[in-house]
Amino acid sequence: MPAVQVDGLFKVFGRHPEQAVARLREGASAAELRAEGSTAAVIDASFSAEPGEIFVVMGLSGSGKSTLIRMLNGLLPPTAGSVRIGDTDLTDLDPDGLRRLRQGHISMVFQHFALLPHRSVAENAAYALEVRGVDRRTRLAAAREALALVGLEGWVDHRPHELSGGMQQRVGLARALAAETDVLLMDEAFSALDPLIRREMQDQLLELQRRFGKTIVFITHDLNEAMRIGDRIAVMRDGRIVRTGTPGEILTDPGDEYVARFLADVDRARVFTASDVMTPLPVGATPAAATVAARTPLTELVNHVARSEEPLLVEDADGRVLGIVTRTAVLTALGGGAQDRSDDSAHLLEALDA
Amino acid sequence: MPDLHLLAAEGDGGLPRIPLGDWIDTGFDWLKDNFDPVFDAVSTVTEGAVDGLTDVLLVLPPVLFAALLAVLGLLARSVVFAVGSLAGLLLVQSMQLWEPAMETLALLLFATVVSVAIAIPLGIAAAKNDRVSALVRPVLDFMQTMPAFVYLVPAVTFFGIGLVPGVVTTIIFALPPGVRLTELGIRQVDGETVEAGHAFGSTPGQILRGIELPLARSTIMAGINQVIMLGLSMAVIAGLIGAGGLGGVVVTSISRLDVGLGFEAGLAVVILAIFLDRLTSSFGDRTRSGGLRSLMRRRRSPADTDADVEAASSRRLPVV
Repeated sequence: MPAVQVDGLFKVFGRHPEQAVARLREGASAAELRAEGSTAAVIDASFSAEPGEIFVVMGLSGSGKSTLIRMLNGLLPPTAGSVRIGDTDLTDLDPDGLRRLRQGHISMVFQHFALLPHRSVAENAAYALEVRGVDRRTRLAAAREALALVGLEGWVDHRPHELSGGMQQRVGLARALAAETDVLLMDEAFSALDPLIRREMQDQLLELQRRFGKTIVFITHDLNEAMRIGDRIAVMRDGRIVRTGTPGEILTDPGDEYVARFLADVDRARVFTASDVMTPLPVGATPAAATVAARTPLTELVNHVARSEEPLLVEDADGRVLGIVTRTAVLTALGGGAQDRSDDSAHLLEALDA
Repeated sequence: MPDLHLLAAEGDGGLPRIPLGDWIDTGFDWLKDNFDPVFDAVSTVTEGAVDGLTDVLLVLPPVLFAALLAVLGLLARSVVFAVGSLAGLLLVQSMQLWEPAMETLALLLFATVVSVAIAIPLGIAAAKNDRVSALVRPVLDFMQTMPAFVYLVPAVTFFGIGLVPGVVTTIIFALPPGVRLTELGIRQVDGETVEAGHAFGSTPGQILRGIELPLARSTIMAGINQVIMLGLSMAVIAGLIGAGGLGGVVVTSISRLDVGLGFEAGLAVVILAIFLDRLTSSFGDRTRSGGLRSLMRRRRSPADTDADVEAASSRRLPVV
């Protein structure tokens, strides 16, 4: 069962939102509706995030991604469609039920941190537990633990304004972790940070994710960030989800010109993995000396093929051989061209030449 | 002598005279006839409270009480403020205006408490609900721009001459900034922070108490400060209708054309005003340095001071 499932979700602001949804379903465009005085922020969005997955929603400002994430925990009520968190349908809940769901199952990290300036770092991190009615000692202990996870042990008694932006966002992350919910929503969580800190935070998030395996819905406008941390990515444009797939899938087959234009800025060497560039093991071939994991990024493969001309064996987590990676394949993928790769080579060629 | 009303009507090209004043008169008469017991009750409570408060303020010998107020100033602000307050308050005593000053202070304190008790809930309601805001705003505009003296007349018709109409007009006159600044303060609270409260499952009450009011605190305190300042100016004007205190002294000085007495009473008002203004504005800003209060807070947690030093040296460096 998916941890988060969204079906046919609409959000329309303005007068007569229900009528607007009916018009959209009949095929009216968002521009037509704007002329009629209503703004369609999210149009017919459907996706599901599996437990333990980082699902990234990527889109430019105004694409409706912030509206979408706010419907996942009911901060905004959907105009039409359904949102399920585990086996609970959000649209069925009364305000009280919604509060209980937020307290127990779904937490959020905000773009501008949204910390309480009049409380200490520890009290901020304990906020979710305080709302839940956990006693002071227990919740502060849990908050300290969460702060230790994000490397802020020494800062528990400080006020948020004494911390740098990156550290404040760590507090925001600790606050969400201390809530111990299975679903975590991150709204442009690293967008307000400078690039170096942003990278550090991404690494930390990935490491925490390896430990706790939460379901994370992450919103960003930065495709590189999406490619770096996302298990799967949904690209949004003008309120619609135009493409969903793994980073590798989207890079090889953008689907439309809009997505393809974004890809120009993407660092291919970090997104492509061994499994994206491998070719099937020729029948009867002698296995090569070195083996790599299927998820090894291209940046590391370059080091391997630079040392030896022998092809590399690609193995999955269980040690099964999936295929081989040749020096040519690595260099071709790096150059942005395509190599001769049986059936999906045509695809790749099209996508990368576009 | 020709009728003034008629003259005006002719001059305006024959527009009929709308007897707005007559209607207001009738309305007030009706209120007086039907709600007299209510006004009497308000009268009794107010008079009892203010008189009681005056007695309390006069329990201690003036010099001792002035010293006590100066200590309050020291706790809230600084040594300079405490010394200045002490000098000012002793000057009031030496001008033999201590008793009227305390009467004015009692009137002001009571009016402020009532104003704040009305203003803060009203301000919260206006911040939460656009309709309430749209309704309240013109009423506040009216209350603020109506010349202060005009309030005195209906207040006297309801409560007679004396202390009570003075208190009532002071409350009406001082209320608006309290409401406005409470509304402004709550509306200014960062939307994302309020959203965070909702996202973690807080009730509207928890968000109001835990997020909105604390973050709006300094703006609300600025409102209360304004309530006190406006209240003080009205409390003096209320001397005209027999509210006593420093206002009474000012009125006496006018009727006797006694410049010296008028100046002394005016100076006492200024001293009181500066003391109250500086004292209450220091409550608005908890983070300001200086003052014994913040010094003591720092002393209480030595671990915190150590951490401060550490913070000062490593501030703005990310922890890896």
